[in-house]
Amino acid sequence: MHAPTVPPPRQPVLRRFASTAAVCLGVALLLTVINPGRFGFQLAYSLAIGLACHAFIEAGMQALVRWQRGRGALAAGDWPGLPLTAACVVVGAVGGVVVGTLVGDAITGLDTAPTWRNSRAWAAAFAVSLVVSALATSWFYARERLATMQAQAQTARRAASEAQLRLLESQLEPHMLFNTLATLRALIGIDPPRAQAMLDRLIAYLRATLAASRAASHTLATEFARLDDYLALMALRMGPRLQVRLDLPEALREQPVPPLLLQPLVENAIRHGLEPQIDGGRIEVSATRVHDTLVLRVRDTGLGLGDGAPLGSTRFGSAQVRERLAALHGGDARFTLEDATDTEGGALATVTLPWQP
Amino acid sequence: MSVTALLAEDEPLIAQALAADLARAWPGLAIVATVGDGLQAVAQALALRPRLCFLDIRMPGLDGLSAAQAIVEDWPAGAPLPLLVFVTAYDQYALAAFEREAADYLLKPVDPARLAACVTRLQRLLAQQAPPLQQALDQLRGLLAGAQPAAAERLEVIQAAVGSTVHLVPIDEVIYFEAADKYVRVVTAGKEHLIRLSLRELLPQLDAQRFWQVHRGLIVQARCITSAQRDESGKVVLSLRGRPEKLTASRLYAQLFRGM
Repeated sequence: MHAPTVPPPRQPVLRRFASTAAVCLGVALLLTVINPGRFGFQLAYSLAIGLACHAFIEAGMQALVRWQRGRGALAAGDWPGLPLTAACVVVGAVGGVVVGTLVGDAITGLDTAPTWRNSRAWAAAFAVSLVVSALATSWFYARERLATMQAQAQTARRAASEAQLRLLESQLEPHMLFNTLATLRALIGIDPPRAQAMLDRLIAYLRATLAASRAASHTLATEFARLDDYLALMALRMGPRLQVRLDLPEALREQPVPPLLLQPLVENAIRHGLEPQIDGGRIEVSATRVHDTLVLRVRDTGLGLGDGAPLGSTRFGSAQVRERLAALHGGDARFTLEDATDTEGGALATVTLPWQP
Repeated sequence: MSVTALLAEDEPLIAQALAADLARAWPGLAIVATVGDGLQAVAQALALRPRLCFLDIRMPGLDGLSAAQAIVEDWPAGAPLPLLVFVTAYDQYALAAFEREAADYLLKPVDPARLAACVTRLQRLLAQQAPPLQQALDQLRGLLAGAQPAAAERLEVIQAAVGSTVHLVPIDEVIYFEAADKYVRVVTAGKEHLIRLSLRELLPQLDAQRFWQVHRGLIVQARCITSAQRDESGKVVLSLRGRPEKLTASRLYAQLFRGM
């Protein structure tokens, strides 16, 4: 399951134009102070030129973003880069000054065309527009990028807490919990010392489950001890239908692994492989070192994955293991789930982690 | 004569405890069989004909609801149907269905007060002269329909693989689906194919208005049924358009054919 992708928040276009209008007001005031004249005229030209520049640049940037996204060259929420943006700002400022002046003339009823033959006046108007446009564009884009990054961070946080919650849910599966409690309740009447020992295992398992959602890793020895608790409880419930074999070589005991990484695989093996079989079967969990990798295997002699059956792909635990490995090790860890190839049948899940010296 | 009961529970300790709890709550009850899987539950129930069946929902072989369906469908006509009590630790969909259909169920671990209430209810039902058969059938049908999640999508084309070839069969051409071991036979007017799917997995992906389940092993396209003939045991024999063979609807589904 993917976390919903949040579209980059876009400042409404109108609000951006309003900001530009405010900047134009400032420019008009400044020009009136530097070059005393009629404020109304300054404001009319300033607004006309400023808003026209904004309109050109906004349209240019939108077109650039759309074009680049269409080519797949731009990720959502990203910007087209400095050279293209600068070109867009320069072209937009030129267009804005020309169009804005004509609009300003229309508003004020003046004919400023003769003034523009003076190239210094033109250069000054263009320079002011360019500087203001460049500053305003940088400001708008900085704000937008910040908002996008915040949204992405929020999405990532939500995905992480969702994953944690699902991990906890899968480990505290209510069916397992209540059946185990029912078994313990029955055992109390028949064999109290054994019931107490089993309750201790349930407690250790529950503690590990709660700790697993917080700690980043524990040793392989601890991982096997918790699997042993879980499997002992399952063996108590299933009786002779479940046989268990755990194999952890001495040299691998201190290897760090993500807490309860193998638990969903063991649970899958029992739930989908062994429990549906009338005669049950055997589960084997083993660890080996192969060159620079740590190879963990969960194998059962159950029903197997079934060719073409959707079971393998929808087994929730598998997706979860894959996600956790990808988050922790990227491409350095692997997970496979396949039918076992020997005569005993069943499924084989293999996790390959980088060796930690 | 004491009341007889069958217990179907795959976990030995829980089965033992339920038997002990029942012995305390109902001293006269005779547990005639305790079985650990759904197939044995059906076989033993039909052989021993107990008055009560306690069925665990999640069992190997056949789940509790499917076992109940098989027991009711194959129960001899004339003999009173057993009262069914479902037992589960936790099962979201089944629990919702039990509540909706007001079925008898017990939650594991079984609470003694709850068990006592269940026993009282069962004793009252057994004391009734004429057990409400139709009501029991309706209830079970409701449970079977409601105890699984709704399907994501409707199937429009059946894809049947034979070796490296996949045959595509438009859903409208299918006259009926029949369960056959681990497969389902897909029967059209001229051909038949096998698909590796259970009928229970297939059912929610079909349009219930067009495809009627008439037996635990049969789903028929309604427009392909030409006539339905009820026999004295409560079963209904169906004639088909486009196929010579007759199909039999179980009494669980006989009410589908009652005239307008």
